[in-house]
Amino acid sequence: MKPKSFLIAGFIASLFLAGVVSFYASSNPDGLEKVAQDIGFSETAKENTNAESALADYGVKGVDNARLSTGLAGIIGVVATGVISTGLFMLVRRKSGDTK
Amino acid sequence: MHIPDGFIDIPTSAAFAAIAAVGVAASLKGAKSSLDDKTAPLAGLTATFIFAVQMLNFPVAAGTSGHLLGAALATVLVGPYAATLAITIVLLLQALLFADGGLSALGLSVFNMSIIAVWVSYAIFLALKKILPKTKSSITAAAGVAALISVPAAAAGFVLQYAIGANATFSVGAVLTAMVGTHILIGIGEALITMFAVGAVLASRSDLVYGYKGEKASLEIRSAT
Repeated sequence: MKPKSFLIAGFIASLFLAGVVSFYASSNPDGLEKVAQDIGFSETAKENTNAESALADYGVKGVDNARLSTGLAGIIGVVATGVISTGLFMLVRRKSGDTK
Repeated sequence: MHIPDGFIDIPTSAAFAAIAAVGVAASLKGAKSSLDDKTAPLAGLTATFIFAVQMLNFPVAAGTSGHLLGAALATVLVGPYAATLAITIVLLLQALLFADGGLSALGLSVFNMSIIAVWVSYAIFLALKKILPKTKSSITAAAGVAALISVPAAAAGFVLQYAIGANATFSVGAVLTAMVGTHILIGIGEALITMFAVGAVLASRSDLVYGYKGEKASLEIRSAT
């Protein structure tokens, strides 16, 4: 597979997973949340300072359709992660002119 | 395993944030050696894929779910330093954009998932790679075992933080048993997803895989003689 098509395939797979498949994810508490509930320290959690933000809890504020809201949030997250992480790694990388 | 605000007190959170910052700074330096024009985009894709798959909670046991952590996956694909950076970016964006994980707890989560899980993965992967035959399936298997152990290892990191600075008084032993037990189950899912993803990259672009590089080099030497 060519480098470019490999990257594009991976990016499309990520968009599909976050944008479509995410709707079907389990909504049960995760391992830490469940342990906190069972043992009893879940009450010490404070509300997230960003709890009212436009994308809080992987939903887009104002979009009522749950499937659309989760999917859009996932796509925004994938694009944001893709741009920021690739940008950082390209900055950090050994440039082709550099000596090892 | 994204820790919300409030579980752990502020002094402990601040101390772990300082340790995490040192680890991330060292990784910014260390990642230079493993990232070049070809592998830097793969590292970006790895972070992106991990973000996407972290949205996919799978059921593990009665009323509990888990999702990929991604430390072993990233470590095998792009090396431990870039893996630390990749997971840290994911955790930062999750906390800032999606209110997933508390901002005051970010250092705690980075310590557990970007540092402990990555370096435990790396140690296990290297040890297994040494004793297993030099094949692609060995790389996939070693990545799977590293993934399985990395999740309870990160959970143990939380228990350490709980022992030092919990805002609750429940016994540390009970938290340890519950956290490690639950996260071994999640680790099984982690291993399956990691083996699938590592296997897919090895099948299409094995030349980019950090954990497979040594193998390739030795093959090249042999073919030249």
